Amino acid sequence: MNTTAPVVQVDNLRKTYGSFAAVDSVSFEIQRGETFALLGPNGAGKSTTIEILEGYRDRTSGIVSVLGVDPGKGGLDWKARLGIVLQSSGESGNVTVREQLTHFAGYYPNPRRVDEVIASVGLEEKAGTLIRKLSGGQRRRVDVALGIIGNPELLFLDEPTTGFDPEARQQFWRLIRSLKSDGTSILLTTHYLDEAAQLGDRAGVIAGGKMIEIGAIDELGGADSRVPIVRWRDGGTAREERTHSPGAFVASLMLNGAEPAGLEIIRPSLEDIYLQLVADHATAHEVENAR
Amino acid sequence: MSTTTPEPKTFTGRSYGINFGRTLTLGVSRIKYEVRAYFRQGDSVFFTFLFPVVMLTIFSLAFSEQDFGTGGETLTAAAFYLPGMLAAGLLLSGLQNMAIDIAMEKSDGTLKRFAGTPLPVMSYFIGKIGQVFVTGVLQATLVILVASIAFGVELPSEPGKWLTFAWVFVLGVTTSAVLGIALSALPRSGKSANAVVIPVALVLQFISGVYLGFSMLPEWLQNFASIFPLKWMAQGMREVFLPASFKVLEQSESWNLPGVAIATGLWLVLGLIATRITFRWIRKDS
Repeated sequence: MNTTAPVVQVDNLRKTYGSFAAVDSVSFEIQRGETFALLGPNGAGKSTTIEILEGYRDRTSGIVSVLGVDPGKGGLDWKARLGIVLQSSGESGNVTVREQLTHFAGYYPNPRRVDEVIASVGLEEKAGTLIRKLSGGQRRRVDVALGIIGNPELLFLDEPTTGFDPEARQQFWRLIRSLKSDGTSILLTTHYLDEAAQLGDRAGVIAGGKMIEIGAIDELGGADSRVPIVRWRDGGTAREERTHSPGAFVASLMLNGAEPAGLEIIRPSLEDIYLQLVADHATAHEVENAR
Repeated sequence: MSTTTPEPKTFTGRSYGINFGRTLTLGVSRIKYEVRAYFRQGDSVFFTFLFPVVMLTIFSLAFSEQDFGTGGETLTAAAFYLPGMLAAGLLLSGLQNMAIDIAMEKSDGTLKRFAGTPLPVMSYFIGKIGQVFVTGVLQATLVILVASIAFGVELPSEPGKWLTFAWVFVLGVTTSAVLGIALSALPRSGKSANAVVIPVALVLQFISGVYLGFSMLPEWLQNFASIFPLKWMAQGMREVFLPASFKVLEQSESWNLPGVAIATGLWLVLGLIATRITFRWIRKDS
Protein backbone atom coordinates (compact mmCIF):
# COMPACT_ATOMS: atom_id res chain seq x y z
CA MET A 1 0.00 0.00 0.00
CA ASN A 2 1.21 3.45 -0.85
CA THR A 3 1.49 5.28 2.46
CA THR A 4 2.24 8.62 0.87
CA ALA A 5 -1.06 8.71 -1.03
CA PRO A 6 -3.66 11.08 0.43
CA VAL A 7 -6.04 9.38 2.89
CA VAL A 8 -8.95 11.28 1.37
CA GLN A 9 -9.24 12.37 -2.25
CA VAL A 10 -12.35 14.17 -3.44
CA ASP A 11 -12.54 15.33 -7.01
CA ASN A 12 -15.47 17.24 -8.44
CA LEU A 13 -17.94 15.74 -5.98
CA ARG A 14 -21.57 16.47 -6.70
CA LYS A 15 -24.73 15.46 -4.86
CA THR A 16 -28.12 16.55 -6.07
CA TYR A 17 -31.60 16.06 -4.67
CA GLY A 18 -33.92 16.73 -7.58
CA SER A 19 -32.81 20.05 -9.00
CA PHE A 20 -31.11 21.10 -5.74
CA ALA A 21 -27.34 20.63 -5.59
CA ALA A 22 -26.44 20.01 -1.94
CA VAL A 23 -22.80 19.56 -2.89
CA ASP A 24 -21.49 21.07 -6.11
CA SER A 25 -18.07 20.39 -7.65
CA VAL A 26 -16.24 20.05 -4.35
CA SER A 27 -12.60 18.95 -4.52
CA PHE A 28 -10.04 18.52 -1.76
CA GLU A 29 -7.45 16.13 -0.39
CA ILE A 30 -6.38 15.15 3.09
CA GLN A 31 -2.80 13.93 3.57
CA ARG A 32 -1.88 11.15 5.96
CA GLY A 33 -1.57 12.51 9.49
CA GLU A 34 -3.27 15.76 8.60
CA THR A 35 -6.24 17.36 10.36
CA PHE A 36 -8.56 19.00 7.88
CA ALA A 37 -11.39 21.23 9.08
CA LEU A 38 -14.49 21.63 6.97
CA LEU A 39 -16.22 24.91 7.80
CA GLY A 40 -19.42 26.43 6.60
CA PRO A 41 -22.87 27.66 7.63
CA ASN A 42 -25.74 25.28 8.45
CA GLY A 43 -27.04 23.58 5.34
CA ALA A 44 -23.91 24.42 3.35
CA GLY A 45 -23.22 20.79 2.50
CA LYS A 46 -20.65 19.89 5.19
CA SER A 47 -22.53 16.93 6.59
CA THR A 48 -23.61 15.70 3.15
CA THR A 49 -19.97 15.71 2.09
CA ILE A 50 -18.73 13.93 5.21
CA GLU A 51 -21.54 11.34 5.01
CA ILE A 52 -20.61 10.56 1.41
CA LEU A 53 -17.03 10.00 2.56
CA GLU A 54 -18.25 7.77 5.41
CA GLY A 55 -20.25 5.65 2.98
CA TYR A 56 -23.64 6.73 4.35
CA ARG A 57 -24.78 8.51 1.22
CA ASP A 58 -24.36 7.86 -2.46
CA ARG A 59 -22.92 10.60 -4.63
CA THR A 60 -24.40 11.85 -7.86
CA SER A 61 -21.04 12.22 -9.58
CA GLY A 62 -17.37 12.84 -8.97
CA ILE A 63 -14.50 10.75 -7.70
CA VAL A 64 -14.10 9.94 -4.01
CA SER A 65 -11.42 7.81 -2.45
CA VAL A 66 -11.13 7.21 1.30
CA LEU A 67 -8.08 5.18 2.37
CA GLY A 68 -7.82 4.10 -1.24
CA VAL A 69 -11.40 2.78 -1.35
CA ASP A 70 -14.57 4.11 -2.96
CA PRO A 71 -16.83 4.69 0.09
CA GLY A 72 -19.84 3.47 -1.87
CA LYS A 73 -18.18 0.06 -2.04
CA GLY A 74 -16.34 0.00 1.28
CA GLY A 75 -16.59 -3.34 3.09
CA LEU A 76 -15.97 -4.37 6.67
CA ASP A 77 -12.17 -4.28 6.24
CA TRP A 78 -12.43 -0.68 5.21
CA LYS A 79 -14.80 0.24 8.04
CA ALA A 80 -12.38 -1.32 10.54
CA ARG A 81 -9.87 1.39 9.62
CA LEU A 82 -12.30 4.29 10.15
CA GLY A 83 -13.62 6.05 13.20
CA ILE A 84 -16.91 7.86 12.77
CA VAL A 85 -18.44 10.38 15.16
CA LEU A 86 -21.82 11.29 13.70
CA GLN A 87 -23.47 14.62 14.14
CA SER A 88 -26.41 13.33 16.11
CA SER A 89 -26.94 10.38 18.35
CA GLY A 90 -30.07 9.64 20.28
CA GLU A 91 -29.45 6.17 21.60
CA SER A 92 -31.25 5.43 24.82
CA GLY A 93 -28.53 3.00 25.86
CA ASN A 94 -29.40 0.55 28.57
CA VAL A 95 -25.76 -0.33 28.96
CA THR A 96 -22.99 1.37 30.87
CA VAL A 97 -20.22 3.39 29.27
CA ARG A 98 -17.68 0.65 29.95
CA GLU A 99 -19.99 -2.14 28.70
CA GLN A 100 -20.64 -0.35 25.42
CA LEU A 101 -16.99 0.49 24.78
CA THR A 102 -15.82 -3.02 25.67
CA HIS A 103 -18.42 -4.45 23.32
CA PHE A 104 -17.52 -2.12 20.44
CA ALA A 105 -13.81 -2.74 20.99
CA GLY A 106 -14.54 -6.34 20.02
CA TYR A 107 -15.54 -5.24 16.51
CA TYR A 108 -12.02 -4.05 15.67
CA PRO A 109 -8.79 -5.95 14.99
CA ASN A 110 -6.56 -3.60 16.95
CA PRO A 111 -8.64 -1.61 19.44
CA ARG A 112 -7.45 0.86 22.03
CA ARG A 113 -7.64 -0.08 25.69
CA VAL A 114 -11.12 0.64 27.03
CA ASP A 115 -9.97 2.30 30.26
CA GLU A 116 -7.52 4.46 28.37
CA VAL A 117 -10.28 5.65 26.03
CA ILE A 118 -12.67 6.32 28.94
CA ALA A 119 -9.98 8.38 30.64
CA SER A 120 -9.17 10.28 27.46
CA VAL A 121 -12.75 11.54 27.17
CA GLY A 122 -12.90 12.27 30.90
CA LEU A 123 -15.63 9.79 31.79
CA GLU A 124 -13.76 7.78 34.45
CA GLU A 125 -16.37 8.62 37.06
CA LYS A 126 -19.23 7.70 34.74
CA ALA A 127 -17.73 4.45 33.42
CA GLY A 128 -20.27 2.37 35.37
CA THR A 129 -23.28 4.59 34.61
CA LEU A 130 -26.00 3.66 32.14
CA ILE A 131 -25.65 5.78 29.01
CA ARG A 132 -29.28 6.90 29.13
CA LYS A 133 -28.60 8.49 32.52
CA LEU A 134 -25.79 10.67 31.18
CA SER A 135 -26.15 14.34 30.27
CA GLY A 136 -26.11 15.42 26.61
CA GLY A 137 -22.48 16.53 26.77
CA GLN A 138 -21.43 13.30 28.46
CA ARG A 139 -23.22 11.22 25.82
CA ARG A 140 -21.40 13.20 23.17
CA ARG A 141 -18.15 12.17 24.81
CA VAL A 142 -19.28 8.55 24.61
CA ASP A 143 -19.81 9.12 20.86
CA VAL A 144 -16.27 10.40 20.57
CA ALA A 145 -14.99 7.45 22.62
CA LEU A 146 -16.81 5.02 20.29
CA GLY A 147 -15.25 6.82 17.33
CA ILE A 148 -11.70 6.23 18.56
CA ILE A 149 -12.05 2.83 20.28
CA GLY A 150 -11.06 1.01 17.07
CA ASN A 151 -7.78 2.92 16.83
CA PRO A 152 -8.71 4.36 13.43
CA GLU A 153 -6.35 5.50 10.70
CA LEU A 154 -8.87 8.14 9.71
CA LEU A 155 -11.29 9.78 12.11
CA PHE A 156 -14.41 11.65 11.01
CA LEU A 157 -15.69 14.17 13.53
CA ASP A 158 -18.97 15.83 12.57
CA GLU A 159 -19.48 18.76 14.95
CA PRO A 160 -18.00 16.79 17.83
CA THR A 161 -18.08 19.37 20.61
CA THR A 162 -21.65 20.64 20.29
CA GLY A 163 -23.01 20.78 23.83
CA PHE A 164 -19.61 20.67 25.55
CA ASP A 165 -18.79 23.09 28.33
CA PRO A 166 -15.55 25.07 27.89
CA GLU A 167 -13.58 22.71 30.12
CA ALA A 168 -14.80 19.64 28.23
CA ARG A 169 -13.91 21.33 24.96
CA GLN A 170 -10.36 22.00 26.16
CA GLN A 171 -10.07 18.39 27.23
CA PHE A 172 -11.39 17.25 23.85
CA TRP A 173 -8.81 19.38 22.09
CA ARG A 174 -6.05 17.72 24.12
CA LEU A 175 -7.44 14.33 23.10
CA ILE A 176 -7.46 15.26 19.41
CA ARG A 177 -3.90 16.57 19.64
CA SER A 178 -2.77 13.30 21.15
CA LEU A 179 -4.54 11.39 18.35
CA LYS A 180 -2.76 13.64 15.86
CA SER A 181 0.56 12.92 17.47
CA ASP A 182 -0.24 9.20 17.13
CA GLY A 183 -0.52 9.75 13.38
CA THR A 184 -4.33 9.69 13.04
CA SER A 185 -5.69 11.61 10.06
CA ILE A 186 -8.78 13.63 10.94
CA LEU A 187 -11.63 15.24 9.06
CA LEU A 188 -13.46 17.68 11.33
CA THR A 189 -16.54 19.75 10.71
CA THR A 190 -17.28 22.42 13.24
CA HIS A 191 -19.11 25.68 13.86
CA TYR A 192 -16.42 26.83 16.25
CA LEU A 193 -13.72 28.69 14.40
CA ASP A 194 -11.44 28.65 17.44
CA GLU A 195 -11.72 24.86 17.36
CA ALA A 196 -10.69 24.76 13.71
CA ALA A 197 -7.82 27.15 14.50
CA GLN A 198 -6.71 25.02 17.47
CA LEU A 199 -6.85 21.65 15.75
CA GLY A 200 -6.77 22.10 11.99
CA ASP A 201 -3.73 22.04 9.76
CA ARG A 202 -5.79 23.09 6.79
CA ALA A 203 -9.39 24.09 6.33
CA GLY A 204 -11.94 24.33 3.58
CA VAL A 205 -14.94 26.65 3.67
CA ILE A 206 -18.14 25.34 2.09
CA ALA A 207 -21.07 27.61 1.31
CA GLY A 208 -24.07 26.81 -0.86
CA GLY A 209 -22.58 23.39 -1.65
CA LYS A 210 -19.41 24.89 -3.12
CA MET A 211 -15.89 24.97 -1.72
CA ILE A 212 -15.28 28.70 -1.67
CA GLU A 213 -11.89 28.65 0.03
CA ILE A 214 -9.29 26.09 0.94
CA GLY A 215 -5.87 26.38 2.47
CA ALA A 216 -3.70 26.37 5.57
CA ILE A 217 -5.62 27.76 8.54
CA ASP A 218 -3.31 30.75 8.92
CA GLU A 219 -3.55 31.57 5.20
CA LEU A 220 -7.30 31.24 4.77
CA GLY A 221 -8.86 34.17 2.91
CA GLY A 222 -5.49 35.30 1.61
CA ALA A 223 -3.00 37.81 3.02
CA ASP A 224 -5.30 40.78 2.36
CA SER A 225 -7.97 39.47 4.71
CA ARG A 226 -5.45 39.64 7.57
CA VAL A 227 -4.55 43.29 7.10
CA PRO A 228 -5.13 45.03 10.45
CA ILE A 229 -8.02 47.44 10.74
CA VAL A 230 -7.80 50.73 12.57
CA ARG A 231 -11.15 52.05 13.80
CA TRP A 232 -11.89 55.36 15.42
CA ARG A 233 -14.58 58.02 15.58
CA ASP A 234 -14.28 61.34 13.86
CA GLY A 235 -16.85 63.66 15.28
CA GLY A 236 -19.97 61.49 15.25
CA THR A 237 -19.01 59.15 12.36
CA ALA A 238 -17.24 55.82 12.64
CA ARG A 239 -14.10 55.64 10.53
CA GLU A 240 -12.11 52.60 9.50
CA GLU A 241 -8.82 52.09 7.68
CA ARG A 242 -7.06 48.88 6.68
CA THR A 243 -3.33 49.22 6.78
CA HIS A 244 -0.20 47.12 6.99
CA SER A 245 1.36 49.69 9.30
CA PRO A 246 -1.27 50.52 11.89
CA GLY A 247 1.28 52.10 14.24
CA ALA A 248 2.34 54.66 11.69
CA PHE A 249 -1.27 55.26 10.76
CA VAL A 250 -2.27 55.92 14.36
CA ALA A 251 0.72 58.23 14.73
CA SER A 252 -0.54 60.17 11.71
CA LEU A 253 -3.97 60.43 13.32
CA MET A 254 -2.28 62.03 16.35
CA LEU A 255 -0.60 64.74 14.27
CA ASN A 256 -3.31 67.27 15.00
CA GLY A 257 -2.76 66.60 18.70
CA ALA A 258 -6.26 65.38 19.62
CA GLU A 259 -6.74 61.90 20.99
CA PRO A 260 -8.96 59.95 18.46
CA ALA A 261 -12.20 58.79 20.07
CA GLY A 262 -12.89 55.01 20.32
CA LEU A 263 -9.50 54.05 18.84
CA GLU A 264 -9.06 50.32 18.09
CA ILE A 265 -6.54 48.27 16.15
CA ILE A 266 -7.98 44.91 15.12
CA ARG A 267 -6.24 41.95 13.60
CA PRO A 268 -9.00 39.88 11.95
CA SER A 269 -9.49 36.55 13.70
CA LEU A 270 -10.20 33.35 11.80
CA GLU A 271 -13.84 33.96 12.67
CA ASP A 272 -13.80 37.44 11.09
CA ILE A 273 -12.12 36.08 7.98
CA TYR A 274 -14.57 33.19 7.77
CA LEU A 275 -17.62 35.44 8.18
CA GLN A 276 -16.27 37.75 5.49
CA LEU A 277 -15.76 34.79 3.12
CA VAL A 278 -19.27 33.51 3.65
CA ALA A 279 -20.76 37.01 3.34
CA ASP A 280 -18.84 37.64 0.10
CA HIS A 281 -20.08 34.34 -1.28
CA ALA A 282 -23.69 35.19 -0.39
CA THR A 283 -23.39 38.59 -2.07
CA ALA A 284 -21.83 37.08 -5.20
CA HIS A 285 -24.60 34.50 -5.24
CA GLU A 286 -27.30 37.18 -5.07
CA VAL A 287 -25.67 39.13 -7.88
CA GLU A 288 -25.54 35.94 -9.93
CA ASN A 289 -29.21 35.21 -9.25
CA ALA A 290 -30.22 38.77 -10.07
CA ARG A 291 -28.80 38.48 -13.58
CA MET B 1 -2.75 9.39 26.60
CA SER B 2 -0.76 6.55 25.10
CA THR B 3 2.59 6.05 26.75
CA THR B 4 3.77 3.38 24.33
CA THR B 5 5.23 4.20 20.97
CA PRO B 6 2.58 5.18 18.44
CA GLU B 7 1.36 2.29 16.37
CA PRO B 8 1.69 2.82 12.65
CA LYS B 9 -1.67 3.71 11.22
CA THR B 10 -1.65 1.33 8.35
CA PHE B 11 -3.90 -1.53 7.51
CA THR B 12 -2.94 -4.81 9.17
CA GLY B 13 -4.20 -6.79 6.22
CA ARG B 14 -6.73 -8.93 8.08
CA SER B 15 -9.65 -9.59 5.85
CA TYR B 16 -13.21 -9.57 7.14
CA GLY B 17 -14.82 -10.25 3.79
CA ILE B 18 -16.03 -13.74 4.55
CA ASN B 19 -15.13 -14.83 8.02
CA PHE B 20 -17.72 -17.05 9.67
CA GLY B 21 -15.75 -17.45 12.88
CA ARG B 22 -15.66 -13.72 13.46
CA THR B 23 -19.33 -13.31 12.50
CA LEU B 24 -20.28 -16.00 15.01
CA THR B 25 -18.04 -14.70 17.80
CA LEU B 26 -19.43 -11.20 17.41
CA GLY B 27 -22.95 -12.67 17.19
CA VAL B 28 -22.50 -14.37 20.56
CA SER B 29 -21.07 -11.17 21.98
CA ARG B 30 -24.17 -9.35 20.73
CA ILE B 31 -26.50 -11.91 22.33
CA LYS B 32 -25.00 -11.22 25.76
CA TYR B 33 -25.13 -7.48 25.16
CA GLU B 34 -28.73 -7.59 23.91
CA VAL B 35 -30.02 -9.81 26.72
CA ARG B 36 -28.43 -7.57 29.35
CA ALA B 37 -29.96 -4.44 27.81
CA TYR B 38 -33.36 -6.19 27.42
CA PHE B 39 -33.74 -6.93 31.12
CA ARG B 40 -32.81 -3.35 32.00
CA GLN B 41 -35.70 -2.02 29.91
CA GLY B 42 -38.61 -1.90 32.33
CA ASP B 43 -41.44 -1.67 29.79
CA SER B 44 -40.17 -4.49 27.58
CA VAL B 45 -39.78 -6.73 30.60
CA PHE B 46 -43.38 -6.10 31.56
CA PHE B 47 -45.13 -6.00 28.17
CA THR B 48 -43.26 -8.78 26.46
CA PHE B 49 -41.54 -10.91 29.09
CA LEU B 50 -44.02 -11.01 31.98
CA PHE B 51 -47.21 -10.44 29.98
CA PRO B 52 -48.12 -14.11 29.37
CA VAL B 53 -47.58 -15.05 33.00
CA VAL B 54 -49.63 -12.04 34.11
CA MET B 55 -52.45 -13.00 31.73
CA LEU B 56 -52.31 -16.64 32.80
CA THR B 57 -52.61 -15.55 36.41
CA ILE B 58 -55.55 -13.26 35.68
CA PHE B 59 -57.45 -15.91 33.68
CA SER B 60 -56.74 -18.59 36.26
CA LEU B 61 -58.02 -16.43 39.08
CA ALA B 62 -60.96 -14.91 37.18
CA PHE B 63 -62.30 -18.25 35.91
CA SER B 64 -61.26 -20.33 38.90
CA GLU B 65 -64.86 -21.56 39.38
CA GLN B 66 -65.31 -22.56 35.75
CA ASP B 67 -64.57 -25.79 33.94
CA PHE B 68 -63.30 -25.83 30.39
CA GLY B 69 -63.84 -28.70 28.03
CA THR B 70 -66.15 -30.86 26.02
CA GLY B 71 -68.69 -33.21 27.52
CA GLY B 72 -66.46 -35.83 29.10
CA GLU B 73 -63.16 -34.30 30.11
CA THR B 74 -62.84 -30.89 31.72
CA LEU B 75 -59.90 -28.68 32.64
CA THR B 76 -59.18 -25.81 35.00
CA ALA B 77 -58.78 -22.36 33.51
CA ALA B 78 -55.00 -22.48 34.07
CA ALA B 79 -54.63 -25.79 32.23
CA PHE B 80 -56.89 -24.60 29.40
CA TYR B 81 -55.04 -21.31 28.92
CA LEU B 82 -51.47 -22.57 29.37
CA PRO B 83 -50.85 -23.50 25.69
CA GLY B 84 -52.32 -20.23 24.48
CA MET B 85 -50.12 -18.21 26.84
CA LEU B 86 -47.04 -20.08 25.64
CA ALA B 87 -47.99 -19.27 22.04
CA ALA B 88 -48.57 -15.62 23.04
CA GLY B 89 -45.08 -15.64 24.56
CA LEU B 90 -43.64 -16.74 21.22
CA LEU B 91 -45.41 -13.88 19.48
CA LEU B 92 -44.50 -11.25 22.08
CA SER B 93 -40.87 -12.23 22.60
CA GLY B 94 -40.37 -12.64 18.88
CA LEU B 95 -42.53 -10.49 16.68
CA GLN B 96 -43.58 -7.69 19.02
CA ASN B 97 -40.22 -7.37 20.75
CA MET B 98 -38.17 -7.44 17.53
CA ALA B 99 -40.41 -5.15 15.50
CA ILE B 100 -40.46 -2.44 18.18
CA ASP B 101 -36.82 -2.88 19.19
CA ILE B 102 -35.43 -2.63 15.66
CA ALA B 103 -37.76 0.23 14.67
CA MET B 104 -36.44 2.12 17.70
CA GLU B 105 -32.84 1.32 16.82
CA LYS B 106 -33.48 2.52 13.30
CA SER B 107 -34.80 5.86 14.45
CA ASP B 108 -32.44 6.58 17.34
CA GLY B 109 -29.27 6.17 15.30
CA THR B 110 -28.13 2.81 16.68
CA LEU B 111 -28.23 1.17 13.25
CA LYS B 112 -26.55 4.13 11.64
CA ARG B 113 -23.74 3.76 14.12
CA PHE B 114 -23.41 0.05 13.34
CA ALA B 115 -23.32 0.87 9.65
CA GLY B 116 -20.10 2.76 10.28
CA THR B 117 -18.42 -0.10 12.16
CA PRO B 118 -17.07 -3.44 10.93
CA LEU B 119 -19.95 -5.30 12.62
CA PRO B 120 -21.37 -7.85 10.13
CA VAL B 121 -25.14 -7.62 9.61
CA MET B 122 -25.35 -11.36 10.29
CA SER B 123 -23.77 -10.88 13.73
CA TYR B 124 -26.43 -8.31 14.49
CA PHE B 125 -29.16 -10.78 13.49
CA ILE B 126 -27.55 -13.59 15.48
CA GLY B 127 -27.62 -11.20 18.45
CA LYS B 128 -31.28 -10.34 17.93
CA ILE B 129 -32.50 -13.89 17.35
CA GLY B 130 -30.31 -15.14 20.19
CA GLN B 131 -31.83 -12.53 22.49
CA VAL B 132 -35.33 -13.66 21.47
CA PHE B 133 -34.36 -17.26 22.03
CA VAL B 134 -32.85 -16.71 25.48
CA THR B 135 -35.70 -14.51 26.72
CA GLY B 136 -38.28 -16.80 25.07
CA VAL B 137 -36.91 -19.88 26.84
CA LEU B 138 -36.86 -18.08 30.20
CA GLN B 139 -40.39 -16.78 29.58
CA ALA B 140 -41.79 -20.23 28.66
CA THR B 141 -40.06 -21.77 31.68
CA LEU B 142 -41.61 -19.16 33.93
CA VAL B 143 -45.11 -19.64 32.46
CA ILE B 144 -44.90 -23.44 32.79
CA LEU B 145 -43.55 -23.24 36.35
CA VAL B 146 -46.25 -20.81 37.46
CA ALA B 147 -48.96 -22.94 35.83
CA SER B 148 -47.64 -26.06 37.49
CA ILE B 149 -46.68 -24.77 40.93
CA ALA B 150 -49.20 -21.97 41.56
CA PHE B 151 -52.19 -23.42 39.69
CA GLY B 152 -51.54 -27.16 39.87
CA VAL B 153 -51.60 -27.78 36.12
CA GLU B 154 -50.54 -31.33 35.33
CA LEU B 155 -47.66 -31.33 32.87
CA PRO B 156 -47.18 -34.03 30.21
CA SER B 157 -44.88 -36.87 31.20
CA GLU B 158 -44.29 -38.47 27.78
CA PRO B 159 -40.95 -37.48 26.20
CA GLY B 160 -42.67 -37.35 22.80
CA LYS B 161 -44.85 -34.44 23.98
CA TRP B 162 -41.80 -32.50 25.11
CA LEU B 163 -40.12 -33.22 21.80
CA THR B 164 -43.12 -31.69 20.05
CA PHE B 165 -42.92 -28.75 22.46
CA ALA B 166 -39.23 -28.30 21.58
CA TRP B 167 -39.71 -28.13 17.82
CA VAL B 168 -42.88 -26.04 17.97
CA PHE B 169 -41.06 -23.65 20.30
CA VAL B 170 -37.88 -23.39 18.22
CA LEU B 171 -39.71 -23.07 14.91
CA GLY B 172 -42.27 -20.72 16.40
CA VAL B 173 -39.84 -18.39 18.15
CA THR B 174 -37.57 -18.21 15.11
CA THR B 175 -40.44 -17.50 12.72
CA SER B 176 -41.84 -14.92 15.10
CA ALA B 177 -38.47 -13.18 15.46
CA VAL B 178 -37.84 -13.11 11.70
CA LEU B 179 -41.34 -11.74 11.06
CA GLY B 180 -40.66 -9.11 13.72
CA ILE B 181 -37.49 -8.03 11.90
CA ALA B 182 -39.47 -7.80 8.66
CA LEU B 183 -42.30 -5.88 10.39
CA SER B 184 -39.80 -3.37 11.82
CA ALA B 185 -39.64 -1.84 8.33
CA LEU B 186 -43.22 -0.56 8.64
CA PRO B 187 -43.22 2.06 11.42
CA ARG B 188 -42.13 5.45 10.10
CA SER B 189 -40.48 6.35 13.38
CA GLY B 190 -39.48 4.78 16.66
CA LYS B 191 -42.29 6.63 18.41
CA SER B 192 -44.95 5.11 16.17
CA ALA B 193 -43.53 1.59 16.50
CA ASN B 194 -45.71 0.71 19.51
CA ALA B 195 -48.81 2.03 17.78
CA VAL B 196 -48.15 0.02 14.62
CA VAL B 197 -46.93 -3.23 16.13
CA ILE B 198 -48.98 -3.79 19.28
CA PRO B 199 -52.42 -3.74 17.54
CA VAL B 200 -51.17 -6.27 14.99
CA ALA B 201 -49.95 -8.56 17.76
CA LEU B 202 -53.10 -8.02 19.83
CA VAL B 203 -55.55 -8.79 17.02
CA LEU B 204 -53.58 -11.91 16.13
CA GLN B 205 -53.76 -13.10 19.73
CA PHE B 206 -57.53 -12.61 19.88
CA ILE B 207 -58.28 -14.46 16.64
CA SER B 208 -55.73 -17.23 17.08
CA GLY B 209 -57.06 -18.94 20.20
CA VAL B 210 -54.85 -17.29 22.78
CA TYR B 211 -57.35 -15.34 24.88
CA LEU B 212 -60.54 -16.78 23.40
CA GLY B 213 -60.97 -20.51 22.92
CA PHE B 214 -60.38 -21.13 19.22
CA SER B 215 -63.48 -23.36 18.92
CA MET B 216 -65.64 -20.46 20.13
CA LEU B 217 -64.81 -18.43 17.03
CA PRO B 218 -67.03 -18.52 13.92
CA GLU B 219 -65.73 -20.67 11.11
CA TRP B 220 -64.89 -17.78 8.79
CA LEU B 221 -62.75 -16.20 11.49
CA GLN B 222 -61.04 -19.53 12.16
CA ASN B 223 -60.27 -19.78 8.46
CA PHE B 224 -58.96 -16.24 8.42
CA ALA B 225 -56.77 -16.84 11.49
CA SER B 226 -55.38 -19.98 9.82
CA ILE B 227 -53.63 -17.77 7.30
CA PHE B 228 -51.36 -16.51 10.10
CA PRO B 229 -48.75 -18.49 12.02
CA LEU B 230 -49.94 -17.79 15.58
CA LYS B 231 -53.00 -20.03 15.19
CA TRP B 232 -50.70 -22.88 14.25
CA MET B 233 -48.22 -22.27 17.05
CA ALA B 234 -51.07 -22.25 19.56
CA GLN B 235 -52.44 -25.47 18.04
CA GLY B 236 -49.02 -27.13 18.38
CA MET B 237 -48.87 -26.06 22.03
CA ARG B 238 -52.39 -27.44 22.64
CA GLU B 239 -51.28 -30.82 21.30
CA VAL B 240 -48.55 -30.84 23.94
CA PHE B 241 -50.51 -29.64 26.98
CA LEU B 242 -54.18 -30.59 26.42
CA PRO B 243 -55.65 -34.09 26.75
CA ALA B 244 -56.03 -36.03 23.49
CA SER B 245 -59.82 -35.79 23.67
CA PHE B 246 -59.59 -32.02 23.09
CA LYS B 247 -58.51 -32.48 19.52
CA VAL B 248 -62.17 -32.72 18.44
CA LEU B 249 -62.32 -28.96 19.11
CA GLU B 250 -59.74 -28.27 16.42
CA GLN B 251 -60.72 -27.32 12.90
CA SER B 252 -59.95 -30.70 11.36
CA GLU B 253 -60.75 -32.50 14.62
CA SER B 254 -57.06 -33.40 14.81
CA TRP B 255 -53.92 -31.65 16.08
CA ASN B 256 -52.57 -31.61 12.52
CA LEU B 257 -48.90 -31.27 13.52
CA PRO B 258 -47.71 -31.48 9.90
CA GLY B 259 -49.96 -28.46 9.23
CA VAL B 260 -48.32 -26.66 12.16
CA ALA B 261 -44.86 -27.33 10.72
CA ILE B 262 -45.80 -26.39 7.15
CA ALA B 263 -47.73 -23.19 7.95
CA THR B 264 -45.12 -21.91 10.41
CA GLY B 265 -42.27 -22.92 8.11
CA LEU B 266 -43.85 -21.06 5.19
CA TRP B 267 -44.08 -17.92 7.29
CA LEU B 268 -40.44 -18.36 8.29
CA VAL B 269 -39.42 -18.44 4.62
CA LEU B 270 -41.68 -15.48 3.86
CA GLY B 271 -40.16 -13.54 6.77
CA LEU B 272 -36.62 -14.31 5.64
CA ILE B 273 -37.38 -13.10 2.12
CA ALA B 274 -39.06 -9.93 3.40
CA THR B 275 -36.13 -9.27 5.74
CA ARG B 276 -33.63 -9.80 2.96
CA ILE B 277 -35.48 -7.29 0.80
CA THR B 278 -36.34 -4.63 3.37
CA PHE B 279 -33.57 -4.62 5.97
CA ARG B 280 -30.88 -1.97 5.62
CA TRP B 281 -28.63 -0.48 8.26
CA ILE B 282 -29.79 2.88 6.99
CA ARG B 283 -31.99 4.26 4.28
CA LYS B 284 -29.46 5.98 2.05
CA ASP B 285 -30.45 9.47 1.02
CA SER B 286 -33.50 9.63 3.24
